[in-house]
Amino acid sequence: MSILLAFFGAASQGLVWGVMALGVYITFKILDFADMTCDGSFALGGCVSATLIVAGVDPLLSLIIATCAGALAGAVTGLLHTKLQIPAILSGILTMISLYSINLAIMGGKSNTPIMTRTSGIDTIITNIIKLFPENIQTARNTKTAITIVVGLFTILLIIGLLYWFFGTELGSALRATGNNEAMIRALGVSTDNMKILGLLIGNALVGMSGALVAQTQEVADIGAGTGAIVIGLASIVIGEVIFGNKLNFAFKLLSVVIGSIIYRIIIAVVLQMGLNTSYLKLLTAVIVAFALSIPVIFKPRKKKEGN
Amino acid sequence: MLTITDVYKTFNTGTINEKKALNGLNLHLNPKDFVTIIGGNGAGKSTILNMIAGVYPIDSGSIVLNNVDISHLPEHKRASLLGRVFQDPMMGTAADMEIQENLALALRRGKKRGLSWGITNEERKQYQEALATLDLGLEHRMTSKVGLLSGGQRQALTLLMATLKRPELLLLDEHTAALDPKTAKNVLDLTEEIVKTNELTALMVTHNMKDAIKYGNRLIMMHEGQVIYDVAGQEKKSLKVADLLEKFEQASGSEFANDRMILA
Repeated sequence: MSILLAFFGAASQGLVWGVMALGVYITFKILDFADMTCDGSFALGGCVSATLIVAGVDPLLSLIIATCAGALAGAVTGLLHTKLQIPAILSGILTMISLYSINLAIMGGKSNTPIMTRTSGIDTIITNIIKLFPENIQTARNTKTAITIVVGLFTILLIIGLLYWFFGTELGSALRATGNNEAMIRALGVSTDNMKILGLLIGNALVGMSGALVAQTQEVADIGAGTGAIVIGLASIVIGEVIFGNKLNFAFKLLSVVIGSIIYRIIIAVVLQMGLNTSYLKLLTAVIVAFALSIPVIFKPRKKKEGN
Repeated sequence: MLTITDVYKTFNTGTINEKKALNGLNLHLNPKDFVTIIGGNGAGKSTILNMIAGVYPIDSGSIVLNNVDISHLPEHKRASLLGRVFQDPMMGTAADMEIQENLALALRRGKKRGLSWGITNEERKQYQEALATLDLGLEHRMTSKVGLLSGGQRQALTLLMATLKRPELLLLDEHTAALDPKTAKNVLDLTEEIVKTNELTALMVTHNMKDAIKYGNRLIMMHEGQVIYDVAGQEKKSLKVADLLEKFEQASGSEFANDRMILA
């Protein structure tokens, strides 16, 4: 039973972290930009949301503001890269590292902001929904997890729907082409600078939103919450790719990323149940990503080069 | 229609690799001119096209196209006027996108891109008809990824994309150099046909002197960033490869030391 509960919890976390993985998918896969910003913008989303909630702002509104904050962080990276021509990785690292200070400042110098739903009577999106149910359901052990899964699913489906629509538009197509062949799409009259800024903005908006959702479900925002976020996002992407392959329709590709995120959480839950020290989690994540990324090399040693 | 006046361009200024690519270049194109450009390596052939397209900024001088001074416009803002095909067949198309998506991107060249659908049903019919003219069977593979096509197919598709929305000027930068001789001939014939039927003005850089003589109505030869020979009409048609070699030696005062041009 406890295993089942752990799976349940892992699925709920996989969904809210899946929003972040979708953001990483946009920057890393569609825009072909290894965006280190997301470590910072994930924590930023949590800090903004928790600080606002504690200050009495509606949790849903705080989520929207956190999403905008993430978008802003992405735009900064985009401007550093395109207008000041700083290399992609470094632009992201610069934004990420400056966000560390900014996040501390947002939380008034503390390294974390707890959202005390039980003692101080403030609410998150989750507890707000729980309140709609009768008393006996409210106090049941797994209500929070169940509500988190429902909220996560709703958010994920909404985002996938929006992204599917957007990347089918003229603007979205131009963004995809920017990640695919910059010289070509510039020759067709698109400012690749603007497209990169737009892509980073959308990607980090999702990362910030995910940070806020995670903070609200965990009821705490932490300065270190985003450490390794990009690697977790990549893990979700490659797990999804390994399981479902590469030849999916775009909407299912996005869904496979989220399922990858859930599977990642389940793997983590399982190894923790088996008694792995939590301090080895990041190492484990890196090993999973390295292994998954190297699968094509390991299993197809004589893969033909593209274009031959 | 295109007037290039006194354009200078130096790469790596002030370093040991300093290279004067364009050295006071002057060129005037009349409407419907189909000009072939030849010259040795480093003569500035490709640089002219890149300067017109705005890939790099020019140091001085001016480029006026259809009475619009485009000398200092960024690359993407000139795109509405220009159709471009590159030497590398990989460069003109997005490999991971469908054939029809590539065409849809090309149809919107220079147009502001908004939130309406990236491709519409009426367009699909238009693309099917346009692809059929290539005679490569691509009209049946509209949803295939472009990365699955051969170099020749991709170059033909790029040519179609460059002219799908009529360009004021078509820039062809050695667009058959990476293809085998038979495919190169097909793409060149296709080029000629498209230029003729759409009554386009075109600049075509080539290393092949026979092609330079055979195609187009005017030929210019470049050397050290300047036009050293400019011939049109009947005189151009009656040129022989030997004449061109001689002209080159006369004008530049040096041997035409370029195996690729002689052997091609």
